[in-house]
Amino acid sequence: MAKQEMREPIESGCPDPFQYMHPVMRKNFGMWKYHEHPRPGVLLHVAYSGDKIWTVRVGTQRILDLFSLRELCDIGEKFADGYIHFTIRSNIEYMVTDEAKVEPLIKAVEDAGYVVGGTQNSVTMLSHTQGWLHCDIPATDASGVVKSMMDELIDEFRSTNMPNRVHITTSCCQINCGGQGDIAINIQHTKPPKINHDLVANVCERPSVVARCPVAAIRPAIVNGKPSLEVDEKKCICCGACFPPCPPMQINDAEFSKLAIWVGGNHSNARGKPTFHKLVAAGIPNNPPRWPEATAIVKRILAAYKEGARDWERINEWIERIGWPRFFEAVELPFTKYHIDNWRGARKSLNASTYIRF
Amino acid sequence: MAVQKFDTPMLDQLESGPWPSFITGIKALRDNHPDAKINEMTNSLLGQLEHSYETRKGYWKGGTVSVYGYGGGIIPRFSEVGHAFVASKEFHTLRVQPPAGNHYSTGMLRQLADSWEKWGSGLVTFHGQTGNIMFIGADTENVQHFFDEINDYGWDLGGAGPCVRTAMSCVGAARCEMSCTNEQKAHRLLVNNFTDDVHRPALPYKFKFKISGCPNDCQNAIERSDFAVIGTWRDDMKVDQDEFKAYVSRKGRQHVVDNIISRCPTQALTLNDDDSLTVNNKDCVRCMHCLNVVPKALHPGDDKGVTILIGGKRTLKIGDLMGTVVVPFKKLETEEDWESIVELAEEIIDFWAENGLEHERCGEMIERIGLANFLEAIGIDPDPNMVDSPRQCSYVRMDGWDEAAIEWFEKKAEQA
Repeated sequence: MAKQEMREPIESGCPDPFQYMHPVMRKNFGMWKYHEHPRPGVLLHVAYSGDKIWTVRVGTQRILDLFSLRELCDIGEKFADGYIHFTIRSNIEYMVTDEAKVEPLIKAVEDAGYVVGGTQNSVTMLSHTQGWLHCDIPATDASGVVKSMMDELIDEFRSTNMPNRVHITTSCCQINCGGQGDIAINIQHTKPPKINHDLVANVCERPSVVARCPVAAIRPAIVNGKPSLEVDEKKCICCGACFPPCPPMQINDAEFSKLAIWVGGNHSNARGKPTFHKLVAAGIPNNPPRWPEATAIVKRILAAYKEGARDWERINEWIERIGWPRFFEAVELPFTKYHIDNWRGARKSLNASTYIRF
Repeated sequence: MAVQKFDTPMLDQLESGPWPSFITGIKALRDNHPDAKINEMTNSLLGQLEHSYETRKGYWKGGTVSVYGYGGGIIPRFSEVGHAFVASKEFHTLRVQPPAGNHYSTGMLRQLADSWEKWGSGLVTFHGQTGNIMFIGADTENVQHFFDEINDYGWDLGGAGPCVRTAMSCVGAARCEMSCTNEQKAHRLLVNNFTDDVHRPALPYKFKFKISGCPNDCQNAIERSDFAVIGTWRDDMKVDQDEFKAYVSRKGRQHVVDNIISRCPTQALTLNDDDSLTVNNKDCVRCMHCLNVVPKALHPGDDKGVTILIGGKRTLKIGDLMGTVVVPFKKLETEEDWESIVELAEEIIDFWAENGLEHERCGEMIERIGLANFLEAIGIDPDPNMVDSPRQCSYVRMDGWDEAAIEWFEKKAEQA
């Protein structure tokens, strides 16, 4: 297409949400007084004006086809005033201002195959990345892992029987977009990248790749007469950071890209400062289509947490109270040399006291 | 023409079980959609995904695709196995910025669905990890058509690459009593001030704004954004003593002691003999716990504002970082207040753009140069709220101490 025919973009940026906001939310903006939790999956917010709004939270498959999206719109129009809010974990929220509309809305949602829940002390929707469906660097799938796990955890999504809320995340690579989680299921590569030396010079900007390595294990080299890169495999931590800028440095491996499970990530400031998640299990096979080994460990952790934690304790707080020795015992996982941090700042994670648990 | 369906024995196993299945959804597009293009694309996608499941490998590669006038916003995806899965060999994602706070009318969703049906695969996600609406699967030519159409009725692309990224904000003041600021306004003012930096990637690496209306931080802003804005307050929290007493009488004193009083991280709460609550507001750190437990009785104070933390990010390259307090408290009421938060963001991004290394996040730069140097560069005075504790190691040259101490007392005198 000739340049003069091209349309100039309108750089409007982020749209104003007020035009798409439920009118009662618009009217009471900044004037909400309190909320209640009438049942799992339903929130009631009460404004200083006396207005009330019920929110019904709904879990979906997240990767929505147009039929599902329109079906969710149909439900929104028929039962919920035509407005939809999305939570950060991709749950859908329908809002109604008449309590009598709550039950018919829930019925419509469930009849259509979606799941009401994800509020308060539930295991809410796993937050997930793109995976094999669409990412350029994944070692595993995301939507499939989440579907498999939510099939197993659906009762905990529908109920609020956990000591506090549980946020689970997944990530298909080791370095990027998955977040912190009470439980995080992340890829952990266990072998250095396999380099296709024929392609490196043409595909990769070599100095950038060298600079990208967190442990300075990559250096320029001539291999088979061609400029390429080589990896000091003794230094390599197998993180895969070189793979995105240099696809011929293949990090993903059908056998050696494993899953690791981390616990105790918590974004909230409630009761304590936000925390990062910590490694508890690794070497778990990346086993499509249903990843049963990873799910089994997650379920064990959840069962121990549910059994052992006090009300309001998130997973990190529960472990802080009972101590790591009892945690590993309770979830029947081994404690190994790999659990002892050696990255920068690691000393802070060592026990420099006589606080010992027996 | 009937679609020659790829066999998907592994993916088929993801159709069983009670949770909604994305595979069933993609198959519905393949089998039931009237448009042959969508049938073909989704069939091909399923074929490639099945191949990934069988071989445990991904087959998408990046590349260069953009819309006219922009350098970013599209995630290009070219298939490495496009010869076998031809109809999805180009399967790009458009990142589109959602309305602040993720509010939608069904009318608007339908309009987007209609446009996407014309130009794309029919698959969409609300939202990706950065907060974009992800329209997954358009070929190179149709990326432009789809963008032109939705851009005409009010939607713009988000960021991709080394640029200011799409921002996120919680539902906030629209439906939450904990809200301590106008999250939507902060979100839009900040990110829309940088539309040029969103659309034309030219920064060291990504830069994210996230806004949470209270310290519960539902948007994960502290850990997941370079510029976290967290609503808070600095006067006394509000206690409705009648509601609190009613809660105590309903739940019992032991429950209140175990779940509220003893859980306060700074021991700022006292349960009185008459079941009322005394809050030592000087000790309170606004962690939100007691408000979360008794939202009917306990509320944020009136003197609201925000805390700003800079430098949160995930693992690459130096390990995960939380954001660091750079502005302990800031009012966001007058137009000048709002302008100054935007100016602060400009100051930080400018300094980082000048001084950050290639592919270095803002937090990594701060780690490299030290917080004190960063503060000096952006013209902010040190404050004990910025640290967990003062320095523990004596390895530092301190011959500027006297001037720094005088400056501190002069600033204090000015503020008094």
